[in-house]
Amino acid sequence: MALAFVLAVLTGAVRSAVSVLFATLGEVIAERAGVLNLGVEGCMLVGACGGFIVGVETDNTLLAIVVGTLLGGVVSLIHAYLTISRGANQVASGLALLFFCLGLTALIGAPYVSKNVTGLNPVPVPLLSELPYLGPILFRHDLLSYAAYLLCPVVWFVLFRTRWGLIVRAVGEDARVPFAAGWKVRPVQYAAVFIGGLLGGLGGAHLSLAYTHSWVEGMTNGRGFIAVALVIFSTWHPIRALGGALVFGGAIALQLQLQGLGVPVSPFVLNMAPYILTIVVLLLTSRNRRFSMPQGLRLSFQGS
Amino acid sequence: MAASSLLGGFDWRAPLGVGRSLLLAFATFALLLLLLGKNPLSAYAAIFSGALGSGYSIGEVLVKLIPFVLCALAATVPARVGLVNVGGEGQLYMGAWLASFAALNLTSLPAWLMIPVLIVTGFAGGAGWAGICGFLRVKAGLNETISSLLLNYVGTLVVDHFVHGPWKQQSAQGWPFTAPFVDAARLPTFLGSRVHLGIVLALGGVALTYFVLRWTRWGFEVRIVGGNPEAARRSGIPVGRYLLVAMAIGGGMAGLAGMCEVSAIQGRLRPGISNGYGYIGFLASWLANHNPLWTVATSALLAIIVVGGDVMQVNVNLPSASIDILTGLLLFFILGRSRKVVAA
Repeated sequence: MALAFVLAVLTGAVRSAVSVLFATLGEVIAERAGVLNLGVEGCMLVGACGGFIVGVETDNTLLAIVVGTLLGGVVSLIHAYLTISRGANQVASGLALLFFCLGLTALIGAPYVSKNVTGLNPVPVPLLSELPYLGPILFRHDLLSYAAYLLCPVVWFVLFRTRWGLIVRAVGEDARVPFAAGWKVRPVQYAAVFIGGLLGGLGGAHLSLAYTHSWVEGMTNGRGFIAVALVIFSTWHPIRALGGALVFGGAIALQLQLQGLGVPVSPFVLNMAPYILTIVVLLLTSRNRRFSMPQGLRLSFQGS
Repeated sequence: MAASSLLGGFDWRAPLGVGRSLLLAFATFALLLLLLGKNPLSAYAAIFSGALGSGYSIGEVLVKLIPFVLCALAATVPARVGLVNVGGEGQLYMGAWLASFAALNLTSLPAWLMIPVLIVTGFAGGAGWAGICGFLRVKAGLNETISSLLLNYVGTLVVDHFVHGPWKQQSAQGWPFTAPFVDAARLPTFLGSRVHLGIVLALGGVALTYFVLRWTRWGFEVRIVGGNPEAARRSGIPVGRYLLVAMAIGGGMAGLAGMCEVSAIQGRLRPGISNGYGYIGFLASWLANHNPLWTVATSALLAIIVVGGDVMQVNVNLPSASIDILTGLLLFFILGRSRKVVAA
């Protein structure tokens, strides 16, 4: 009984972490280039809604994922234009994007609220999924989940082992340096924000197509904001982002399992766990953050 | 000189630019409605008649103005010391929660005593909630933008928990309501409309904030802390205390907004008392360049859009959240006007 419970929580953690992990990795890239995007919550909503609609209409899950991802990238370009080209306040612009996406998805997604979608279903990895304990926890998920975890080392490689990654980080620290070295700063920032939006959209698509198989207005419920918090927790590092996302996923899974067991604790109190846990985790790891924050973000994290 | 610095370099031509942004936002939204097969003209007719068409609708705009202004102050006061408070929503709920606790338990108090109690508890609920963010920022260096955002969800859930559980009215069958407040715990309304005492609190809050920032030593030191915290620290100003207090006062303002919603509008605590008022207030404050006086104007603009949007939603049969599109578009166009682009 206890073992089954632990297994269920761990499996749920791996599954629930996926959408946030995508968004967090995207936000790591955007913030490494010096652009804070609170609108990632909006990118996720657009990805969830757009992906779901395409999934329902065409029954083509791959197309649905691609469309959801692209939509997330497209709306993030609004934020990119306003903050990079027009010098707008990043917090205000991110919130404006969230409002826009919240309204847009509520409007366009309204007819799809009670629809069903085939979406993504678990694909066990041959052999590995037969392992005791580890098999069900790690290797019986949908394909996007595997992709999310594999993306962590990829993002790490891109940021820390490629020329483009070096430029992104330089831009985020002090845009004058790569500028003086002859690099065009804005295209790099645009690309970083766009990739962040793509990954936000992908996370949203996973949420509606694989996690819940449904669309509800405002279904991301702050997952984008949690992603922004996890970026700080991870000290802008893609591998540590994995740890943060799993802690968040664990909180969600624990809460769902406890509710399933009928534990006499209010579901609303249990629902607080992911948000409170994110804050606690941030607190516990706050010592080194000051030194690892990209310098270019300093302005955004202070008042305007 | 002091006045101009307090106005935060506010561009007096800005209202003109806002007007143009408004037109552009309306045009874009109309295009979107057309694409979706809705009639934009009837939508806009509904917005305007809904918000400004009658004495009643203007009253409704004033009713919405109250939480918007208070939530704008929730962002304005911390912004003056350099903090970003995006937690107005959660602070509003916690103010409503604590005020409801008082209203539901002190049922025998006369109104002249009850209303001050509501004001104090509403303020304290929001101030305490924001104070957590301020405290974590000062003591642990935890970024207040993030903590205040996350606590929004927690604050909303606290209210959900109490109205579904301990405070749920027994006779309300399935509905998550508390018992209705006694008459003494209802804020008085004016002129037979729904405009209530909160308007005095909101405008009083604006005046007080302006006065303190403009004319007192505190305001002077706030400007130093907000302008250059290091200089403030070296000249012996207790920077941490200013951050904490500014955050708490801001949260208190949002808490008052929550108290007004339960006491004057709903008459009981229930979920969904705020429809993103905390976020709208943040945007109103930002649009006003964190100038307390201008927040009244920006809040009024947003109140007109929201009240008109409610009517549009019914008349043109759109989901209520679609007015957020218009709000978002308006902000995009206004944000697009700023030209503080650093070379490179």
